[in-house]
Amino acid sequence: MQEAYIRAENLYKDFGHVQALRGASVFAYEGEVLAIVGDNGAGKSTLIKIISGVLTPDRGEIHIGNEVFSSLSTRKAIEAGVSTVYQDLALGNTMDVTSNLFLGNELSRFGFLRKKEMKAEAEKLLESLDIRIPDVTQPVGNLSGGQRQGVAVARLVNQGGKVFIFDEPTAAMGINETNAVLTLIRRLADEGYVVIVISHNMPQVFNISDRICVMRHGQVIKELRTEDTSMDEVVSMITGAAGI
Amino acid sequence: MKRFLREHSYTLLLVGILIVTIVILSIASPYFLSWKNCRNILNQSAIYLVLSVGMTFVICMGEIDLSVGAIIGFSGMIMGMLCVAGVPSLLAVLLGLMVASAIGFTNGFLVSYCKINSFIVTLAMMTILRGVILVWTNAKPIYGFSDIFTFLGSGKIGPVNVPIVLSLLIAAVGAVILHKTVLGNYCLFCGTNELAANRAGINVRKYKIMIFTICGLCAGIAGLIVTARLNSAEPLAGQGYEMDAIAATILGGTSMQGGKGNVLGTVIACLILNILKNGLVLLSISSHYQEVLTGAILIVAVFISESNKRKRSEV
Repeated sequence: MQEAYIRAENLYKDFGHVQALRGASVFAYEGEVLAIVGDNGAGKSTLIKIISGVLTPDRGEIHIGNEVFSSLSTRKAIEAGVSTVYQDLALGNTMDVTSNLFLGNELSRFGFLRKKEMKAEAEKLLESLDIRIPDVTQPVGNLSGGQRQGVAVARLVNQGGKVFIFDEPTAAMGINETNAVLTLIRRLADEGYVVIVISHNMPQVFNISDRICVMRHGQVIKELRTEDTSMDEVVSMITGAAGI
Repeated sequence: MKRFLREHSYTLLLVGILIVTIVILSIASPYFLSWKNCRNILNQSAIYLVLSVGMTFVICMGEIDLSVGAIIGFSGMIMGMLCVAGVPSLLAVLLGLMVASAIGFTNGFLVSYCKINSFIVTLAMMTILRGVILVWTNAKPIYGFSDIFTFLGSGKIGPVNVPIVLSLLIAAVGAVILHKTVLGNYCLFCGTNELAANRAGINVRKYKIMIFTICGLCAGIAGLIVTARLNSAEPLAGQGYEMDAIAATILGGTSMQGGKGNVLGTVIACLILNILKNGLVLLSISSHYQEVLTGAILIVAVFISESNKRKRSEV
């Protein structure tokens, strides 16, 4: 079996009296979609924020590729190849598609933007991911939800991401847009990236994931192969009815 | 072509208003289009233009700077004191501009690191600076500077006054920075979604400080022009100028929420406001009406520029 690309081991995180994580460990492999599921407050978001460098764990280690970190910053996480697509998409609505794609990664010479090259690269990038946006100079605020998600993902690919974390990727999306995003997620995994998805939507989780990791009370209580389990089993673990 | 129209529709509207204003005033007064009067308008606009360019950056970032008027007074006073004390003029100017930038830097530091709202920070800074000026000078002006110094305010390069050249230069540099550089891009991005910029690994605090410093520097240059033109550092110089700068910036199409703005719009808006002031004087209309008119124009302008956004969000 191949080595896990991401190994987050024994993570602890307190917020005052609230123990958000109590020794959570998670492994993610290249070329697969890992779904993290759990009830509200189970610690999913905290876990993801630690892996992406937004939060610092109180204890525990994060292995990314061959590197070991006891804590990450957003910059370090990005450099290590970890990219997060946030629920709010982290897009600048008044800025054009190109600026959003290259945020933090602009092509520049002596501080001057190389706009033409950026535009050409942006078009190439979107095309390679099969994301259809006719005009990359329009503000992102004018795009549909699916297109916006596409821009957010394309930005991460452009950052040289190896690991993609999706937090509720299809929340507030129509059917067509949802399908487009799910296809994109599947495509990323098929191209060998590590993909982690947080979702409450069970049919969707079963549709796209290879493995499911169930969280409860700040711990990972079970990791399952999607093909070996059923929706009922996973839901009973999430709610605690399974008694694990 | 279609894209150009879409992106610049508001700026084109401003140009239209500018032309209409010029046409009406040139019909109403025979003196309006004379070279002397035109030069006068540009000369008057220069101070506001410099100030508004700095303000455009700050507002694009979703912040506000109320202290620019006080920085005009303060930096002018510093330059005046140094000049009178026998410091070489150009060194005095340099030091004055450095002090103005340092005040901007302090504003930026307090906003980004101490997380105090920029409205409060700069309001407090304005009061502090005004207080310090009055304490230092006993509310008396300082006057009598060298020819080199006054040249910067009332000298001429060919037929054009130095402040006009200076202000247009600054506007051009400002436009290039805002629209063509990484700094300008981050300024706009922090205005539209600061969190996103932060998550993308951009040092938002650093850029905030830089933008406030630029605004402080612009105010310092405006202070230089005011002081050199009057050949006197007045304790109350620049009072209320911050409001004119904000008005010109907003009228120019910069969004108060940040994330959207352009320097060209600010320049045109500045010209419109100053042409109106000039026109009212030529038509012998009381200066009190100028304020009323400026306020009314501002409300109409913001209504128009925000109407697109309202249509989209349908609230």
